[in-house]
Amino acid sequence: MSDFIVFFDSGHEPSLELLGGKCASLVSMTSAGMPVPPGFAVTTAAFDHFVNGSGLRGEIRARLAEIDPTDVRCVDRVSAQIRHAIESREVPADMHGVLRTAYEQLMSRFADVVPVAVRSSATAEDLPDASFAGQQDTYLWLTGYAAVSEHVRRCWASLYTSRAITYRLRNGIPEEDLSMAVAVQKMVNARAAGVAMTLDPSNGDRSKIVVDASWGVGEMVVSGQVTPDNVLLDKVMLTVVREHVGDKHAELVPDPASGRLAEREVEPERRTVRCLTDQELHAVAAMAKRAEKHYGTPQDIEWAIDADLPEGDNLLLLQSRPETVHSASPAATTPPTITRTTGFFMAGLTSSLTGR
Amino acid sequence: MTIEQTMKSFPKPSQIEVPEGAEGWEELYPYNLVFGNAPGADEKFWFCDSQHWPTVFKPFETIGGEFAVKCLGQYNTRHLLIPPANGIEFKIHLGYLYMSPVAVPQEEIPARVPEFERRAGHYFQNWDSLLEAWHSKVRATIDEMEELHFTALPDAVPFDDIVSGKAMDGSQTLMENYDRLIALLYRNWQYHFEFLNLGYLAYLDFFGFCKEVFPGIPDQAVAKMVQGVDMELFRPDDELKRLAVKAVQLGLQSAFENPDDVEGTLRAVRSAGGEEWVAAYEAAQDPWFNFTVGNGFYGHDKYWMEHQEIPLGYIKDYIRRLDEGQEIMRPIEQLTAEKERIVEEYRDLLQGEAREQFDAKRGLAATAYPYVENHNFYIEHWTMGVFWRKVRELARVFVGAGFWADPADMLYLNRNEVRDAIFDLVTGWAVGAESTGPHYWPAEIERRRRIIDALSARRPQPALNTPPAEITEPFTMMLYGITTEQVQQWLAGDESGDDTTITGMAASPGVVEGIARVISSADQLGEVQEGEILVATITAPSWGPIFGRIKATVTDIGGMMSHAAIVCREYGLPAVTGTGSASTTIRTGQRIRVDGNAGRVDILES
Repeated sequence: MSDFIVFFDSGHEPSLELLGGKCASLVSMTSAGMPVPPGFAVTTAAFDHFVNGSGLRGEIRARLAEIDPTDVRCVDRVSAQIRHAIESREVPADMHGVLRTAYEQLMSRFADVVPVAVRSSATAEDLPDASFAGQQDTYLWLTGYAAVSEHVRRCWASLYTSRAITYRLRNGIPEEDLSMAVAVQKMVNARAAGVAMTLDPSNGDRSKIVVDASWGVGEMVVSGQVTPDNVLLDKVMLTVVREHVGDKHAELVPDPASGRLAEREVEPERRTVRCLTDQELHAVAAMAKRAEKHYGTPQDIEWAIDADLPEGDNLLLLQSRPETVHSASPAATTPPTITRTTGFFMAGLTSSLTGR
Repeated sequence: MTIEQTMKSFPKPSQIEVPEGAEGWEELYPYNLVFGNAPGADEKFWFCDSQHWPTVFKPFETIGGEFAVKCLGQYNTRHLLIPPANGIEFKIHLGYLYMSPVAVPQEEIPARVPEFERRAGHYFQNWDSLLEAWHSKVRATIDEMEELHFTALPDAVPFDDIVSGKAMDGSQTLMENYDRLIALLYRNWQYHFEFLNLGYLAYLDFFGFCKEVFPGIPDQAVAKMVQGVDMELFRPDDELKRLAVKAVQLGLQSAFENPDDVEGTLRAVRSAGGEEWVAAYEAAQDPWFNFTVGNGFYGHDKYWMEHQEIPLGYIKDYIRRLDEGQEIMRPIEQLTAEKERIVEEYRDLLQGEAREQFDAKRGLAATAYPYVENHNFYIEHWTMGVFWRKVRELARVFVGAGFWADPADMLYLNRNEVRDAIFDLVTGWAVGAESTGPHYWPAEIERRRRIIDALSARRPQPALNTPPAEITEPFTMMLYGITTEQVQQWLAGDESGDDTTITGMAASPGVVEGIARVISSADQLGEVQEGEILVATITAPSWGPIFGRIKATVTDIGGMMSHAAIVCREYGLPAVTGTGSASTTIRTGQRIRVDGNAGRVDILES
């Protein structure tokens, strides 16, 4: 039972087999101090128990055995049958309420019910020769248990789309141990968001972290539609070296009703004040620094401060990718070459005194 | 920079009006320190060293300023031949000390380089053995000072001296001891700078390197990388903490009800079975109670040794905090780990030759810099403590002879006048007639006291005359925090019109809000309440125990390496130093926000 659900912040071992690639990564990032939006994985163990306990496994095997790979209509028909079975079959008795409990546990962290995203997390996703990328589904802005439950099933079912079945047949991927985990994750409700880079992009100085931040979700920062607050911090001390408060005229905020982002004007009082407190700024920089340490190379992260989470726990990491522009160059600025090297350290000392 | 800004100047000394009642003040100070007796008064740029001399000199007290700044200069100019910098010229104006760094002419710099490298190189290469010798020399001077005594002359020469044919009346001892006391003080002030300039130099070199490879690196990061963690400067405070712990272990808390009664407190400790504690207390005194609540430069500075109500009061406070379950010992391990983390992380950002340079320069600075912090105990506290104690001993001889009423009155004589007064005293005694002093000095001292009081009523001008377009002299920047920006800020000070924001140096990181407690002298320290923010003209290292109680510190005077800055970094408290005006702008009880990262203080509400 405990294996069916794994919360991202549970400190669980990030097992690819149990959690699938996406969820394993969400768990390991959270453990490494880079909290992603909160949520949980419905594990491969849950899927396995579902298909085995309900007798589906045998049915699926039998149906797949009938397939004529060259007959597209046959593949489509079998796919539809399997998916319908997965979406409609009752879960075994000992799995009853497992998803509901997990969902309610997640919701209990917030004042109100908040929308979630449901995404598939395949175990084979990261295998270079058998990429399933794009072949599993993502469903956003889901509210309420019924919707969540329905879409978890859809994710499971997506293992058996015609494309997926054909792909496996062509590439000789066995159907035997096929399984899938599903991520149920809070939709980010960004009060403020932006990017951070673990070097100074103006000169490649790796002793700095630069943070760009604006109100609402980060798209406007990324796409340059707003002048964000721009803060340069010392990476070791995490203190502000230089800052410029941007005139943040507009913000994008999520509209859960339409499932879209709505742009609105920022009122004058918020426009010209920094959108992050000192503590939040410190937290963003510290997280960027942890990401760099975790991945071993300068990072370019996207982050958000979530309005639904309590202060101190509301900073979320949305994405971390290697910085590519400066990272290719040597690890640091080289100081001017000391030309005189006579004896001890005195020459360096003298040259710094005499202006070289 | 606009033309208007560059044209701005500080007043010329000759333009500053003498405060009412202070007319004739010039005669109280040595002729060579008064502007107007030599050329240059109205031309050179002078800044006020209110960091070391925040209040007006009484005539005798100029000895500290004269010895210190003269000896600082000799090492730059004559011992080490520091290529770009000679010493610092100094004057006294309206009772305050003004300084003007003396640059070496550009064309003379190259010739000094090889000599400088030879001399400074010798010190850096033999640092430990030379420093060990320094400790012996300084200690020997102090021991010799302790042996000097000033006692009243007897009614008659002892018969033994008649028998032995000594043929001297003992007055020579008074005279010789006085001269010896002055000479010994001068000696230790020479020693004071033997390593100090080199310590700053190594620091400055590392500082410049860091600023180059890590553009914008916070000053405090550089400071943390070379600062010692377990400094002798903190030792007196640590001793008190240990004594507090011991008192709690032995269950002696109740004996410390009234630490102002020193005898009574020690008696109570003994009768509570605390003989062991008293022994530890007495052992700690030598030398760690040679510690002043001031900075050592003033005759009125109180030393723990003679004012044991001060350390006992601190011990009482530590006992209270221990009983409340607080941790009072400095988190040495944590501080060391944090220092190592900072060094490691910056170092990891460098590669190859840059990393080697980082290691070499930091290594040198880390070897040399602790002296900058530790010497203070040996000279400003210990040597000066003994010196002032001996001065008071002599002053009491004069009181006994009717020269003046209070030993502190002697501070209104300059040191050469004291010499004359000794001869006046022994002459009257020898001749059997009255000395002149008792008829002359009381009125003269009163006259001088009025002048000093009149001078003291006014804060000094931060600087005089037109500043250079840029301040480049390294020692001035490092030791005194006198930078181009600082000077511009002083000049702009009167016009900003914003009374709710004060800026200064970001001396120790962190941001806190709290209630201000404005302190103008060490005597007010008892007023500081738990959790308040200390606002003071300047702080002294011996205020250590207070730092365990407060949330942050703001000072008018001092740079990154001022005592307030060092102590705050050590205690992990935010500090903004060198604000120029915090203690006069902020009032006790106001809610303020101290941003030690940005060097900013906001007055939130009154």
